[in-house]
Amino acid sequence: MTQLALVIDLNVCVGCHACVTSCKEWNTSGSAGFMTDENPYGKDPTGTFFNRVQTYEVGEFPSTETLHFPKSCLHCEDPPCVPVCPTGASYKRKEDGIVLVDYDKCIGCRYCSWACPYGVREIDETQKVMKKCTLCVDRIYDESLPESERKPACVLACPTNARLFGDVHDSESEVSVTIREEGGYQLMPEWGTKPANHYLPRRKTRMHIHEDELQRADNPLKKEQRGPSAPVSEPTLDDSTSW
Amino acid sequence: MHPAFSVIFLTTLIGVGQGMFLALFTGQSYSAVELLPMQDSHNFYGNGAIIALLFLIGGLIASFFHLGRPERAWRAASQWRTSWLSREVIVLPILMFFVFVYGVMHYFDLDATLFTADTGAQLELSLVIATFGMIATFALFICTGMIYACLKFLQEWASPLTVINYTLFGTASGFMLATAFANHSAPELMRFYGIWTTIITLAALATRVASLIRNSRLKAKSTLQTALGVRHNRIQQKSMGFMGGSVNTRDFFHHASLVVFKSIKWIFLVLVFPLPLLLLWIGMNDSNTNMLLAAFVVQYVGLIAERWFFFAQANHPQNLYYQTV
Amino acid sequence: MSVVHDPLKAPEGRIETKNTTCYMCACRCGIRVTLRDGEVRYIQGNPDHPLNKGIICAKGASGIMKQYSPARLTKPLRRKPGTDRGDAQFEEISWDEAFSIMEERLAHLRNTDPKKFALFTGRDQMQALTGLFAKQYGTPNYAAHGGFCSVNMASGMIYTIGGSFWEFGGPDLDRAKLLVMIGTAEDHHSNPLKMSLSKFKRNGGRFISVNPVRTGYSAIADEWVPIKPGTDGALFLAIIHELIRTGLYDRDFLVQYSNAAELVSTDEQSDDFGLFVRTDIARDPDCFDPQDRVWWDRTTDKAVHARTESSDPYLLGEFVTADGRKVKPAFQLLKERVDNYTPEWASEVTGIPVETIKRLAYEMGITARDEKIELPIAWTDVWGKDHETITGNPVSFHAMRGLAAHSNGFQTIRALSILMSILGTIDRPGGFRHKAPFPRPIPPCAKTPKSPDDVKPNTPLNGMPLGWPAHPNDLFVDDKGEPVRIDKAFSWEFPLAAHGMMQNAITNAWRQDPYPIDTMLIFMANMAWNSTMNTVGVREMLNDKDENGEYKIPFLIVCDAFQSEMVAYADLVLPDTTYLERHDVISMLDRPISEYDGPVDSVRIPVVPPKGECKPFQDVLVELGSRLKLPAFTREDGSRKYRDYPDFITNFETEPGSGIGFLAGWRGKGGEKFLKGEPNPNQWEMYEKNNCVFHYEMPKSYQYMRNWNRGYLNWAQEHRMLRYAEPINIHIYSEILMNFRLAAQGKLDSKQPPNHLRKRIETYFDPLPFYYEPLESHLTDKHKYPLNAVTQRPMAMYHSWDSQNAWLRQIHTYNYLYVHPSTAQQQGIEDGKWMWVESMHGKVRCLCRYSEAVEPGTVWTWNAIGKAKGAWRLDGDANESEKGFLLNHVISEELPPHAEGEHISNSDPITGQAGWYDVRVRIYAAADDEPQMSYPQFDPMPALPGTGRTNKVIKFFAGMFQKKAG
Repeated sequence: MTQLALVIDLNVCVGCHACVTSCKEWNTSGSAGFMTDENPYGKDPTGTFFNRVQTYEVGEFPSTETLHFPKSCLHCEDPPCVPVCPTGASYKRKEDGIVLVDYDKCIGCRYCSWACPYGVREIDETQKVMKKCTLCVDRIYDESLPESERKPACVLACPTNARLFGDVHDSESEVSVTIREEGGYQLMPEWGTKPANHYLPRRKTRMHIHEDELQRADNPLKKEQRGPSAPVSEPTLDDSTSW
Repeated sequence: MHPAFSVIFLTTLIGVGQGMFLALFTGQSYSAVELLPMQDSHNFYGNGAIIALLFLIGGLIASFFHLGRPERAWRAASQWRTSWLSREVIVLPILMFFVFVYGVMHYFDLDATLFTADTGAQLELSLVIATFGMIATFALFICTGMIYACLKFLQEWASPLTVINYTLFGTASGFMLATAFANHSAPELMRFYGIWTTIITLAALATRVASLIRNSRLKAKSTLQTALGVRHNRIQQKSMGFMGGSVNTRDFFHHASLVVFKSIKWIFLVLVFPLPLLLLWIGMNDSNTNMLLAAFVVQYVGLIAERWFFFAQANHPQNLYYQTV
Repeated sequence: MSVVHDPLKAPEGRIETKNTTCYMCACRCGIRVTLRDGEVRYIQGNPDHPLNKGIICAKGASGIMKQYSPARLTKPLRRKPGTDRGDAQFEEISWDEAFSIMEERLAHLRNTDPKKFALFTGRDQMQALTGLFAKQYGTPNYAAHGGFCSVNMASGMIYTIGGSFWEFGGPDLDRAKLLVMIGTAEDHHSNPLKMSLSKFKRNGGRFISVNPVRTGYSAIADEWVPIKPGTDGALFLAIIHELIRTGLYDRDFLVQYSNAAELVSTDEQSDDFGLFVRTDIARDPDCFDPQDRVWWDRTTDKAVHARTESSDPYLLGEFVTADGRKVKPAFQLLKERVDNYTPEWASEVTGIPVETIKRLAYEMGITARDEKIELPIAWTDVWGKDHETITGNPVSFHAMRGLAAHSNGFQTIRALSILMSILGTIDRPGGFRHKAPFPRPIPPCAKTPKSPDDVKPNTPLNGMPLGWPAHPNDLFVDDKGEPVRIDKAFSWEFPLAAHGMMQNAITNAWRQDPYPIDTMLIFMANMAWNSTMNTVGVREMLNDKDENGEYKIPFLIVCDAFQSEMVAYADLVLPDTTYLERHDVISMLDRPISEYDGPVDSVRIPVVPPKGECKPFQDVLVELGSRLKLPAFTREDGSRKYRDYPDFITNFETEPGSGIGFLAGWRGKGGEKFLKGEPNPNQWEMYEKNNCVFHYEMPKSYQYMRNWNRGYLNWAQEHRMLRYAEPINIHIYSEILMNFRLAAQGKLDSKQPPNHLRKRIETYFDPLPFYYEPLESHLTDKHKYPLNAVTQRPMAMYHSWDSQNAWLRQIHTYNYLYVHPSTAQQQGIEDGKWMWVESMHGKVRCLCRYSEAVEPGTVWTWNAIGKAKGAWRLDGDANESEKGFLLNHVISEELPPHAEGEHISNSDPITGQAGWYDVRVRIYAAADDEPQMSYPQFDPMPALPGTGRTNKVIKFFAGMFQKKAG
């Protein structure tokens, strides 16, 4: 059984928000569209976005880590938002595990958003239906697109390639291998939601310097040593002896 | 959570309706076994059922204000297998149906005796209907409570106390109203209802205090560490990715100051319990309908505060992601 | 269960896709634009584009909201008579009227005194055209934004290694093992850098970021080294000290490819003190480094012609030549220079622990030495020696404005370039690599005019408006040594101001120093807001009148696509198009997007028609040039030569028959040539067919060591990228700088500085890098103003451009001042509360945000998020104006009066780079009873005629949006 998902590599995410707006531009004119923006030019502008990048500081100066943290629907394998929906608008696709909202069934009761511990559902304030990340379901199966572009917009956009996309149930897929090998983890595992999306932690490359690496026979300074250079004219033994 | 007034009114109003109906059912049951004098069908049970029904309708109307697309509300009945909300949507009209039938039977004196015991006790058809209604009432209490109690990561809600509180508060407020109503339409039942009201209110006090104590001792299962998957003791959010607010900041935070938040707790603890009980007992002693109605109104206002607090106190784990603009 | 809403069903509509080039920032990624029913539906990175390979950033993906922004200007406007500048009271006029006004005015000035016309442009990406226009017009008063951006980075490196970061070169992260990023925030070559950073990290590279602040790229560094702003030079010098002390430098590289071993006369009595000892090989008189130096051979122990086959010179020591002169190798002088720059000393200056400084040096040195890369690529050096391989020392650096925007930036960047050079990393795999048309000779050949006589009525300027002085005689000064340009670039105040000094244009024009300006044309530069220091003052200058009631700057023309703060001050407003509506060229004559492997240029081709009466600025210039009959735009019979800008691009040649035009690709009649070739009438179509980009991948053997690569140099010469196919040796010791110093000392027979500037020139034109405290810090009471204040550009916002963008402004709606908690708490400032930040020039009330990711002696904020009320078509109560703030209010464009003058620009004394990051501040809490609003506030700017409606809700759905809007 297929479970499509994103793997987000916090090790390379620089927090550029490319995934945020590329998601918005694709989806506002797509199947999920439109995505409302309120007060777009006024006080406290706010709008529907499926994906946001947050920033955290971990630790204290000078050992501070700045963490950029993109978050969108995690497409849980056991999504708590689905069974609570009274209309069946919130559903998980059997064929690929994508959790979707049927915008024509949704009554906008917001209950599914209460039932999501991750805060990734957003009610569209003018259409009054719940919306969320679709993994660009209207891209990934679109045969009019070149195969290499049948990926979520955020994945295509991501300048650091911090977003990997694939089937986490296929143990040989890129995402599965990465999760396995790079310590992929799930958010809030305590609730048993089994998010399909995984995150990869920061990984550090260090350099260890051995003391003897500073003492080398080929040290170029040795070439700068000059031999004895006293001029020929200075006194020597030759000036006073005559063997 | 952000206390949505549509939901506050929905739950408190149908609670009154359910409680009122339970009071009627209780009264008639006692009468059926001749523990209480039989009341006038039209004036008491008929009008009483109308009052209960009005509250239920009021709640239903309030619920529509919560929906973004109320015209599709009919779809909400489809997921009864999994969704407590769907079940509530089914049970509420069923209850209303029984209350309606019950009311009609009494109001138009259409009741029929099904069975008369040797003792002279009679089983009326209306009581059978009312029994179904009673079952529906409790089912509705359970559905309503479970809507909240089933959200396991909303730890303040995920407890049997939530269902119990919903049940007791609804029942208490309904009985309170029934007391006032009885004083007006069936004075001999007033004290019966008054005493039950007192008992139920005190029980509600006990369970609500229990839930307050429980909630104050809760240790959040989710932390910023589990939310981000970062193992460090000191993590601080610096940006939530937007600055003008979003559904995440609007729907999941009460936005009240700590002072307001704490005051509302004390306000509801006073308005739901001691003050209405005091008014109730004054009203009972004086057989003063206005005083009894005041007791109901005070308690109802208190319940609005209680429900506000119930939502506000619930700390959604998503809030971990939305702490700093 | 049946699904009602089919999630796979594509909405109806006519779909088209077109390629062009992004312009949401200066990165210039290739984009593919999908239109639905003529409306922009999706902008994605073009996967076939060499620069961004399909990726796109937050800004690029928000182009839709720029295209349909209500802040767009759509009509030419004239300031209403009787209203003041800044009131933003305008009336619509036609383009005909606008052109007549300009033609009349500019023709008169050109006939009388062309320097009274000044043209200054922002981040325009068309300096080849704007520069050409200025030159043809005959005014010296032209510059783009480089003076306040990063000219120090360009010139500090170009005067040392013949290339620079970003457009002209960068770190080879494909091959590097260690990357040290310093003074780089979130920008500058942003998408390619993001791409390569990620790849670099995944390949196991070690990434160290040196920065006062840890955000953006620094966030993913393996190690963050916080540093005090403006002290980077001290760090580099200490690292150089440590590398030389321990012998961790690439001796062979330095000997052959730099002037490290070349002998410098150290005899103070001799005429050539401080200059290289030369043999009597004939010199090419023009502009380039003659190969006539000597070094001291180790074997024969005497001076020999440098790079004599089989000789091996000393890098260290002191020698006496046959004629009795004391001489030292340049490297010896460098060693002596850094002797006192110990890690212990640098630690005090930079705030970095001694051990860290040493470790940084060792990590660099050991990685460079022990992780050598050998590529099996045979090449021949310029001296004729064949090499079987290319060697690389895989230590890369990347630096930007954090180093540049200090008044000690040039010498700091010289130090960085020298550090990169002694590690042996220049144009080698894993190190720094050039991008065409770089490397250039040191310095590049382009020169400005040299005297006021080069500016004549009705005559093109005799020289380039911007250039690279190599000698005091190259300065653009009058007989008294006073500046000829309004911004005083290329004068003794700022001799190497290679990018001009736009930051001084308005202040000087207002003060009429050195002379008054009549008409100033500002193109896409927000000089009344974030593109100026002393913003309040500059706004007053723009509106200031003399005793006769005439404006001090009589006529201001502003061309912009949006209702910016600057537009409010215009007398005439020209509505520019967006990038999706016009033709553009990313030209080899300007700053192309070349890759390490070869030259790349690109174009924009309109994907949607211009809105309203918007006209591309290039077309405006071509039209004006034709009306003014500037030679380049006119046939011999006086008729106009070019129909419009695309026609100009196709047919223009730098000189008749030169074969060099704005575009390098598909030249020649049939498009069979590149770089050089006759005009091709179908050139635009060929670009269009090829993703709007031309990329020539050079043979592998030309891709490295280009300063000294015979194959490459010959090829570049043949294709007219270079005039000389001579080696471009690294200037460890800068004789160019020394010549200026000698002039200041009166020891050089050349143009002489005015006396009050002699000391300044002598001090700062040091042939070896040195550290000095930034000028403003030096003149500030640091006890009173103990903190540094800097800004950074966020990744999701380009300067002030995007507050009109409904999506991007949700990410950065207002800004905080980030302060370390301990620093804030000392002043009783609470997190999230209002506070003041004050310098000796002014103060700003802003919101405080605690941060553990900032060095405690520094406060910082995002640049240009704060806006003036009503500007950019935002509501009067928009967060940008009420909670956002601009740090520019506390930064001055001029230094306090001191020995060198009353009105000396707050800039690097060598290059004129604006010292944005030098400001010193103090902070304190705002009182509880103060308004909860940023300070200063400005009167609201009204909506300009022709701008759009600002709806309360946007429901953008491509194909339906404008229909609904009517």
